[in-house]
Amino acid sequence: MDTELDPSARPPLLVLRGIVKQFPGCLANDHVDLQIGEGEIHALLGENGAGKSTLVKIIYGVMKPDAGSFTWRGETRTVASPAQARALGIGMVFQHFSLFEALTVSENIALGLNDPKDRENLPARIVDISTRYGLPLDPTRAVHDLSVGERQRIEIVRCLLQNPKLLIMDEPTSVLTPQEVHKLFATLRRLASEGCSILYISHKLEEIRALCEAATIMRLGKVVAHCIPAEKTARELAELMISAKLKEQSFSHKTISTAAPRLVLDRLTVRSNQQFGTDLKDISFAVAPGEILGIAGIAGNGQSELMDALSGEIPAGTPRNIMLDGAPIGHEGPRARRRRGCCFLPEERNGHGAVGPMTLAENGFLSAHVRGALDRLGLINRKRTQEFAAQVIKTFDVRTTGPRAEARSLSGGNLQKFLVGREVLQQPGVLMISQPTWGVDAGAAAAIYEALAQLAAAGTAIVLISQDLDEILLLCDRIAVIAAGKLSPPIPVREATIETIGLLMGGDHTAEEKHAVPA
Amino acid sequence: MNLVYVSSFIVSIIAASTPLLLAASGELITEKSGVLNLGVEGMMLIGAIAGFATAHATGSAALGIVAAALAGVAISMVFAVLTLSLLANQIAAGLALTIFGHGLAALLGAGYVGISAPVLHAIAIPVLSAIPFIGPILFDQNILIYFSFLLICAISWFLNKTHAGLILRAVGDSHDAAHAMGYPVIRIRYAATAFGGALAGIAGAYLSLFYSPLWSQDLSAGRGWIALALVVFSAWRPFYLLAGAYLFGGVTYLALYLQGVGVSIPSPLISALPYAGTIAVLVLISRDARRVRLNQPACLAKYFHAVA
Repeated sequence: MDTELDPSARPPLLVLRGIVKQFPGCLANDHVDLQIGEGEIHALLGENGAGKSTLVKIIYGVMKPDAGSFTWRGETRTVASPAQARALGIGMVFQHFSLFEALTVSENIALGLNDPKDRENLPARIVDISTRYGLPLDPTRAVHDLSVGERQRIEIVRCLLQNPKLLIMDEPTSVLTPQEVHKLFATLRRLASEGCSILYISHKLEEIRALCEAATIMRLGKVVAHCIPAEKTARELAELMISAKLKEQSFSHKTISTAAPRLVLDRLTVRSNQQFGTDLKDISFAVAPGEILGIAGIAGNGQSELMDALSGEIPAGTPRNIMLDGAPIGHEGPRARRRRGCCFLPEERNGHGAVGPMTLAENGFLSAHVRGALDRLGLINRKRTQEFAAQVIKTFDVRTTGPRAEARSLSGGNLQKFLVGREVLQQPGVLMISQPTWGVDAGAAAAIYEALAQLAAAGTAIVLISQDLDEILLLCDRIAVIAAGKLSPPIPVREATIETIGLLMGGDHTAEEKHAVPA
Repeated sequence: MNLVYVSSFIVSIIAASTPLLLAASGELITEKSGVLNLGVEGMMLIGAIAGFATAHATGSAALGIVAAALAGVAISMVFAVLTLSLLANQIAAGLALTIFGHGLAALLGAGYVGISAPVLHAIAIPVLSAIPFIGPILFDQNILIYFSFLLICAISWFLNKTHAGLILRAVGDSHDAAHAMGYPVIRIRYAATAFGGALAGIAGAYLSLFYSPLWSQDLSAGRGWIALALVVFSAWRPFYLLAGAYLFGGVTYLALYLQGVGVSIPSPLISALPYAGTIAVLVLISRDARRVRLNQPACLAKYFHAVA
């Protein structure tokens, strides 16, 4: 940062004191204080479940606090609805975009404008604002045709049309390519220089150090620190965030095995089964025993379809599109593939990876009964099923009351540890896993990485689909990028640069060609 | 074929199509808000008996229509409380509403079988109705037929051109996003459900006060279900809905005509013709899965529970 301003020197725009919000069984905000100066970029930092989202929903009027005061430009107020927050000059860009897929850009923006006056000449004003701030948008296009980056621009432009004094951005970069992040930061700095304050919510530490002047760090519903992020290292910030010393983790990237590949995808083309899904086009790759292949990409570019095709939930066009140890399996369903030694863990934990109202033992049975021999003559072997679940719980340090606990009673991170453990302990020949550490705290993530690395060392071929680039760079031997349903040729992680991967994520195929030449 | 004959043919088709158009228009608005009310058939029957009984008691068919609309709203509110406030499953509650409506209408109507009530008369527009051929078709109809045409135009305008219509579509497309932006999802859905109930009730009164102006237990004869199918197969587009309703009316009339001239097809098959024919044609029209997915309210029949 070139201007190193003391945040306390700025006149306060928003001051929160003693905010409390209680949910059944969880104190989401426990006497939270927050102060944002005019024109300041302020970071709100914390792990998933720390209470950040609850706090911003209170600021934006979506939720009502149980206690605490809200002072806006020196006046104490209550904000009862998002419309009131917008009237004050608060704009918000949500983490899960509040966009309507079937509507056009201009219709979506009109929905966020309460005053009919604001809706006059809307398309022309959208074009005007979006060119002024470098956020190109076509107001007549329907949202479902747009990339995630473009969708985010819609939300930002919607806020900007109302001349906000405070712009709240909830995890804005988790869906962007590195190049898009760069452009977003330029826009945010420009806004701040024009006097608009920004509350920037993230758990990405380097971003916060690069962008924000001040930070409030939350843990388990409480504020644990106020600091100037540029004065701290990323490691110090992380330790404040999780309250524990982090263990350095690194896995050696092996030389690529020359053994015959276990899993081969050959020009797999699949039509999506989702309402606004992405069709897969000509996906080809091979994974050798002991290798971890990472598939990076921005959400919604065909990852869930690829996972469904790998697990057999969507059958492939012809059996030979997917070969396992030389046998064509493209036509087989998930059960048949499990019998052949494949294990899968889809992205969505509750409802897809696990059945919420069933116990952990039953959830273990559902996936492991073939390879774990948990059934006998077509009936459930109760004892072995309980033992299997207990073993997963013990090995993976799952915090729960035992195998009889309902899956939905576990926190996201704990359930994820159980599910990863359930698949890993089956000793699969091939493991296909999507977003293994989404919403998982740093300690649990480290345990999951350890388990995957050990599994690969024992000869399992692993396909890891993830939006977390750091995770792929840490764990995988080779990386491929999925964009708009197409997969780039895999390249060794050691040769991959953030720039190349970023270009591939944006669907830039010249980046692919640049790589094809030296190889 | 002489013109008077053709003109009466068209008048009959309009008469057969209007109840479907009315009921389906209401359901279109309900579904656009994200609520799937499968109780259209039940609401129509309740509307039919409420309208018939009121017209019989007061001697005014117009009051009968008002009563039918109110009865439709009342019973749709039972559905709304169950599904929107108490989060019951919409499919199950809708089916139950049809069965309940059927039974309640039969019970209330037990004393009205075989009685006549005031009939809704056609309103002949002076001078214009005297024009040969188009006069009887366009300017000598009952008020509900004029109303149904105005309604479908108004609905198309409302959904596509007004801000309120945009909000309604938004609520049906993503209730979470609409809630996050501060729109009262549940209240909007209550209103849309009430609108659907009112129109289903009016469609029922059309049957009992005009189309076959007598009360019988099976008066609606599955028209509520056809109206539901029309909404889906028209891919939630108002003017396709209009075309579908008239297609059904046309085939219904054709079936009657075939029976009349004594074509030797078993009569149950002929009676099934409008249903089978309409569905076949609409399935062909709505083959474009992408278009259907685009127009389908993404939150149709999903639970919405706001945390505040």
